[in-house]
Order: sequence, then structure tokens, then C-alpha cells
Amino acid sequence: MTESSAITPEQVEHLASLSRIAMGEDELNALAGDLTTILKNVARVNEVAGDDVPATSHPIALTNVLRPDVVGETLTSEQALASAPAAADDKFLVPQILGEE
Amino acid sequence: MKYEEAIKKYDPVIGIEVHVELGTATKMFDAAPNTFGGGPNSNITPTSLGLPGSLPVVNEKGVEYAIKIGLAMGCEIAETCRFARKNYFYPDVPKDFQTSQSDEPIAAEGQVEVELEDGTLVTVPVERAHMEEDAGKNTHIGGATGRIHGADHSLVDYNRAGVPLVEIVTHPITGTGERAPEVAAAYVRTLRDIFRALGVSEARMEQGNVRADVNVSLRESPEAPLGTRTETKNVNSFRSIERAVRFEIARQATRLEAGVSIVQETRHFHEDTGETTSGRPKSDADDYRYFPEPDLVPLTPSREWVEELRASLPELPAQKRRRLIAEWSFSDLEMRDIVNAGLLEAIEDTVSAGAKPAAARKWWTGEVARLANQEDKHPTELVTPAQIASLTGLIDEGKLNDKLAKDVLSGVVAGEGEPAEVMSARGLEIVEDTGALEAAVDEAIAANPDVVEKIKGGKMQAIGALMGPIMKATRGQADAGKAKDLILAKLGG
Repeated sequence: MTESSAITPEQVEHLASLSRIAMGEDELNALAGDLTTILKNVARVNEVAGDDVPATSHPIALTNVLRPDVVGETLTSEQALASAPAAADDKFLVPQILGEE
Repeated sequence: MKYEEAIKKYDPVIGIEVHVELGTATKMFDAAPNTFGGGPNSNITPTSLGLPGSLPVVNEKGVEYAIKIGLAMGCEIAETCRFARKNYFYPDVPKDFQTSQSDEPIAAEGQVEVELEDGTLVTVPVERAHMEEDAGKNTHIGGATGRIHGADHSLVDYNRAGVPLVEIVTHPITGTGERAPEVAAAYVRTLRDIFRALGVSEARMEQGNVRADVNVSLRESPEAPLGTRTETKNVNSFRSIERAVRFEIARQATRLEAGVSIVQETRHFHEDTGETTSGRPKSDADDYRYFPEPDLVPLTPSREWVEELRASLPELPAQKRRRLIAEWSFSDLEMRDIVNAGLLEAIEDTVSAGAKPAAARKWWTGEVARLANQEDKHPTELVTPAQIASLTGLIDEGKLNDKLAKDVLSGVVAGEGEPAEVMSARGLEIVEDTGALEAAVDEAIAANPDVVEKIKGGKMQAIGALMGPIMKATRGQADAGKAKDLILAKLGG
């Protein structure tokens, strides 16, 4: 693994912001180090897998799992909203999306 | 700067993203019904809500429809493709990601032939078509007129969440010049017609089944590199698409003239003013952290399936128009008028019911359209193709002329019955003109003395030799029996 593929605290900060996770500077630094180590270890797979091994997204070589276009069981709105923190008019109530601008 | 000036100074480049909701029975990844209407949050399953432990399964019909759309645009259908998670936080996406396709769309590299009002053909290059799911619907409460700005909170209905979508993305469309707005609208209209012909969607713009995002950029000349683009989101009628492109071209030109650069951003179109306003800044680096959806395995549509679907494709609207122009011997202009008047299907059905194409066209676009216009209705609301076919049939038989046929038509429209009934009831049938037949018989006798001799000599089958000239002279309207009687009367008498 080359030096350039090390994860920087800035990258972790960007990721944290995309994920809406608040992190302090020490956390960012620590996680950058951890992630770099993890990536380094995972990258060793590349040494084992030659060019003849295709990249894969799934552990099982399964394709085309499809279902027929037939309506099945649905939830009632009461069931759907049962665990909602807040609801009104049979809809989920969510806090203000955009603040004042 | 006015549009007309803008277009003289700059070369516009447009790009269009069209989302179409597929008309499947169920959603893309779960068995909840895909129906319009119904109470809020009633067409949902745990998967529609992204509840923990729920798992998506791909709707086979959704894949079939996506392949059909790809094939209709002449795209390559991927031998293998995957779904991906497009991650972002917004309340209408319950999973905090949209299941979509990223670098492996099901269909890539095709084109759509678009015909403009005056018959000009424009080929729009298509980059890709991919499968994804629709989001739920937010209602903003507490702000002015339902706008998100200033709202206290929002209410979310997930009935639409998970409805199958296909997104079709064009390459930059260049070389359209001043006709860019028209091309944009005509392209979306053409896609709408294709979706309907394929039967993959009701494709009703007003219900949001088809939605367009329109990218516009300007450059100094066709040789210059592409300028900075804006993307006007969710423009939902053909007219609005045209207006939005037109407005953006003028707006961007005004800025460029003033030496102000164009901000790459999404913009919103306002129906009332015909203007676009700034939405949020957008960069190509929008970070959605796409990654392969681990809950869905890759899709590898078999070549047999793809070919089967290709063979099942219906004739597409543009092909059909070209075929009918040839079959019916119509001019391009006549065909365009018919299509624009929404009469193609009616005329096709009228011809199938036995009418001559020219007569069908004449009646539908003429008298029927005139009567419909008076009542502020569509011609097809007044009469049926079968009725027009029998009306033209009565004219062909010589029982009506055009003037009488108009009277019959008004009776049919007034609900007095079928054309033949109205003709009898109103006593409009032409009294047969025996004079013309007699003249034709006389002429045939005079012109064929040898045949006459044979008949006089008792060879009755020779009468047949006189029938040809008689039919020709009466343009086929002679009653063969009456003609024969006349010949015998004249020769025997």
C-alpha cells in the first residue's frame, strides 16, 4: 500500500459530515489511523487475487434473484406509524427540513 | 438580454434527464402495490419503509420494462449490471439511501429520433438508462403556501417510496441552435409516446409519471468547450420545458454579457412567471458515496430474454408515422396536422373499418373537426371511426354526395342513429340516376357492333364484354343487373 492511499483526518471529517456524525479532532485523527490500518490489511487481498479473479460485490456467486410482479401483504397506516416518533394525518411528522435562510 | 439576441451570440447545449414511473403492479423492490391514490402510508411494506431486517427483492417486470425502454432507444443492454446505494439524508427517502444504478446501468448508448413541428428530424444521443426507485412525498406545514422555506415541520407519505423508475440521461445535445427549447420539449414528448407505445407507463405528465430535469449551458461557438451548466429540476409539462430552456438561455447570456460567470447549480422553474430561480449549488463532486447494494445480487439478463423482448417491441410512433405516410400516400404536412390534432388513431381505425385513407382524413380533419370545434370538444367525442367509415361508404356507393353526407353527419352527431339510419330517416339518399347508366349502355352498344351481333345471335354470355366499358364509364357505380336489363331491352326491342 502506497503512502498516498493513507486516510487523512480531512477525509474522515468529510465522511463524518456526510454521515451527520459530529466528531472531535482527536477522534478524527484516531479514526484516520485506524481506517488506514484496516485498508492496508484489506489491500493484501490484492496480492493474493491475480488478474484472473474478477472484482466482486457479493460473497456468493448468485445472480438474477427476481420476484414476480404480484401484490403481497402490506402494512396499514396504523401499523406503519406505530413506531413513529411523531405522526399527523396518517403521515410521518418530521422536524423542520430547512432552517431559516 | 432577449432570447433572440442571446441565441445569435451564443451556441446553446442542452442535456435532459427524464424519470419515468413504470406501470408495474408492485414496487421495484417489494410487493406493495404501485397505485396512484389511496390513503397516506397504506401502500407500503416494511421494505418500503426501510425497517430493520427488511430485504429488497427485484421486481422482474420492472427489469423487463427497463430493458424494453432501452431497446426502444437502440441501447445496448448490459450483460451484467448491479444496483447501488446512493446515500443521502432527506425525509422522503426512508432508508437514507436511494437504490439506484451507478456505473453499471442496464442500458447504455442509444438514440431517440425526434420530429419537430415542421417535420425537422433531430437525433438525440442517449448516454444511459438506469433503474431506480421513487421517493416518498413531503408536505411542508407552517410555511407560506406549502414551501419548504419557513415551514415548521413536514409530513411524509411513503406510498410512492419504492415505485419503479427508469432514468434516461442524454449526452450533451448540440447543434440545435435557436431550436434548443423546441428540441427539449419534443424529445420529452417523443419519450412519452414511446413509453405509452411500449405499455410500460401511463406516462401522464400531469400526474408526475414523467418528470424532466433540463441542463442548459452556453458557449461562444460550436467549436468552444462546453460552458458551465445549470440544471432546472422537475419541469413537468412540455410547454414548461420549452419555456425553462428559453428562459435559461436568455438569463445565462445576460450574465455572460455582463462578464458574470455562470454558477453550476440546480434551479427551480416557476410556472406562473416562466422564470427559474436558484436552488442549491451543485458540483460534479456531489458525494453520494455510491457502493454496490449488498442486499441485491447482480443482474445478468440472458441474451435470449433480451432478444425475446426485442422481438416483442411494438411499432414505435415515429416508425408508425413513416409507414402510414407511405401506405396512405399522405404528405408529411398532412400527417403532422393529423398527429397534432390527435386524430391519427381515429383515422387509422376508420381506414381499418373500410374507409379510403384520403376520405377518412378529409372527414375527420374537416367537417367533424369543425363541428367539434363549435362544441369545444375533441372530434372523437362526436362520432366513432366506424360511423365515419360507413358515411364514406355511403358516398362511395353513390347514395350520398358530400353535401348530403354533411347533413347525415350532423344527424349522427345529434344522436339520431347510424349514418344509414339518419340517411333513411331524413330522406337524404340520392335517387339513382338512370340517365347516366342509359348513356353508358348506349355508348357501349355503339362502340362494340361485333359484340352486339353475337348477343342478337343468341350468345347471351357476350353481354359480359359490354359490362367492362359500362362499369368504367360509371366509375363502378352501375348496378350490373340493371345494366343487363337495359342492354336486353335496347337490343331486343
